[in-house]
Amino acid sequence: MTEDDIRRAYIEELVRVAPDIDPATVRGSDHLQDDLELDSMDILNLVIALNSRFGVAISEAEYPRIATPDLAAKFLAEKI
Amino acid sequence: MAWEVIHKTAAERAAASLTDEMRAEFGWDKARAMLDGFPDGGLNIAYEAVDRHVLSGHGAEEAILWLGKEGAREHLSYADLAARTARFANVLAAHGLEAGDRLYGLAGRVPDLYIAALGTLKAGLIFSPLFSAFGPEPLRTRLEIGEANALVTTEAIYRRKIAAWRDEIPSLKLVLIIGEEAPEGCVALGPAMAAASEEFEAVHTRPEDPALIHFTSGTTGKPKGAVHVHNAVVMHAAAGRYALELKPGTRYWCTADPGWVTGTSFGIISPLVNRVTMIVDEADFELERWYSILQNEKVEVWYTAPTAIRMLMRAGKEAAAPYDLSQLRFMASVGEPLNPEAVVWGKEAFGRPFHDNWWQTETGGIMIANTQAMDVHPGSMGKPLPGIEAGIVERTDEGLRDCGTGEIGELALRPGWPSMMRTYLHEEARYEKCFVGGWYLSGDLAMRDAEGYFWFVGRADDLIKSSGHLIGPFEVESALIEHPSVAEAAVIGLPDETAGEVVKAYVALNPGFEPSEELERDIRGLARKNLGPAVAPREVVFRKSLPKTRSGKIMRRLLKARELGLPEGDISTLESDET
Repeated sequence: MTEDDIRRAYIEELVRVAPDIDPATVRGSDHLQDDLELDSMDILNLVIALNSRFGVAISEAEYPRIATPDLAAKFLAEKI
Repeated sequence: MAWEVIHKTAAERAAASLTDEMRAEFGWDKARAMLDGFPDGGLNIAYEAVDRHVLSGHGAEEAILWLGKEGAREHLSYADLAARTARFANVLAAHGLEAGDRLYGLAGRVPDLYIAALGTLKAGLIFSPLFSAFGPEPLRTRLEIGEANALVTTEAIYRRKIAAWRDEIPSLKLVLIIGEEAPEGCVALGPAMAAASEEFEAVHTRPEDPALIHFTSGTTGKPKGAVHVHNAVVMHAAAGRYALELKPGTRYWCTADPGWVTGTSFGIISPLVNRVTMIVDEADFELERWYSILQNEKVEVWYTAPTAIRMLMRAGKEAAAPYDLSQLRFMASVGEPLNPEAVVWGKEAFGRPFHDNWWQTETGGIMIANTQAMDVHPGSMGKPLPGIEAGIVERTDEGLRDCGTGEIGELALRPGWPSMMRTYLHEEARYEKCFVGGWYLSGDLAMRDAEGYFWFVGRADDLIKSSGHLIGPFEVESALIEHPSVAEAAVIGLPDETAGEVVKAYVALNPGFEPSEELERDIRGLARKNLGPAVAPREVVFRKSLPKTRSGKIMRRLLKARELGLPEGDISTLESDET
């Protein structure tokens, strides 16, 4: 999977958790909490979704590394 | 399983702000004596929280240490707070706002929000906090019910959530925008503050003058605006000292958002009245950030919530180990009952237990608490604070019956404490219904053990407690029905190990619509847009029809019992079942 593939999959999971977000408007640098207005339960649900999609465990300390689509794509590419 | 009691040492008891001796001698006059008041009998929350400290020579002490999301730091002394709240009060006066008018606060945790809250009270206006993550609908409802005269918010929030309907709130005269610029029809707060004088004598409000309106959810109908008066500050002062161990100079971090009652009563008023240094973090929960704040800012007293504690627990106590948290001397929790595992985990990870306490929007301040001098029975909310009489009662046809030791009933309080709500705005009948047989009935089910400790059991109604937020199912159902596909909706709270409860919705569709994953997301998306993520359902499921009583009321209780595999209870009123 390329980083672009991962970013696309991440955004798919993101809008499943938060369907008020239009995937077409999400920028790579958008922050989950500050820009996309997810709350902590949303983030927990996103982590669970990413875990089952990519088979990678994301620890609490690593949450900042999935805080934007760009950061997440890079981080997940290393992990997968 | 029974959890081992966490005993306090003699030294811990002796160091407590509330000893057994003080409990025995307590009277409200002693709490009132923690405050100054005005010689003419007036009492103003903002004066007690800020101005009097400056007048008594403590102006240079640090009141607020603000931590910005991006690493900024701002120090505000009590003298700074006095000057800036005076400027804010002058801005209100310059725009023709007067004592008794209502100002709403709607922003993230930024210094100007704290200044606005205190400046509003200083000017004798009524302050009403709003949660900045609410969507437009809950915001509009609350501004309408409270007939808002002024609003302080940010440009981003205003454009996204307010601008579209602002003109439909005729009472709203002034919108102040935090920062240097403002959209048309609004006033930029920065330049207005700069032009205002930093002299303003706090209005000599009377103790029974309204000061705060806190909105809370009901099972049916619209949210209720619980009105609190300036005299509530007597409770804020005492509860801060007795239940949270706040002393002058204490470095204190309340993680609750000031958009809710905890973040106002114990995130603004009580700590400042007790002359502490408050740590305010603009950012949301993040594991390493939180541990770093506890360590680097040398937090001594920490007041947080079960959801946050459970998120820390997920990372394990190893995550706390690298940090030096030796200065932390008291930890407390509120928002929903703290499970015993979390109380004990506090002891393992931090060397001291979390002290759970209990109160509600209506009570205005902490009522029942595990205090420093008390042994902690993990899972218990503790014992009533001095001055508070609590009971367990059952409603009967004749009135109330006192429940015995160990018997489950409704948690009730004897009215008369200073921070009790004085009414629900424009809803006197709903207010009156809270009082029966000389008790205020909380709506929470609880029991009292032989040692006098109280234990939470559940809600007596359909209200949902998710991540510490009290959510009224009716408000959520109303928003769901706005989706063109939804004919009817029922909303319940399901147990969740992190959030306490999460909101789940059941919907029946209008003819011409078929259940699909796409439709589920569309409905949930609209609910999130209108209500905000904290209130909107996390899951929507489809039913052909919902279980209803003969009078057409949806039986949420039945949906919940089935979801949890519990007995269905009395279903004699069930007219049509779900399909």
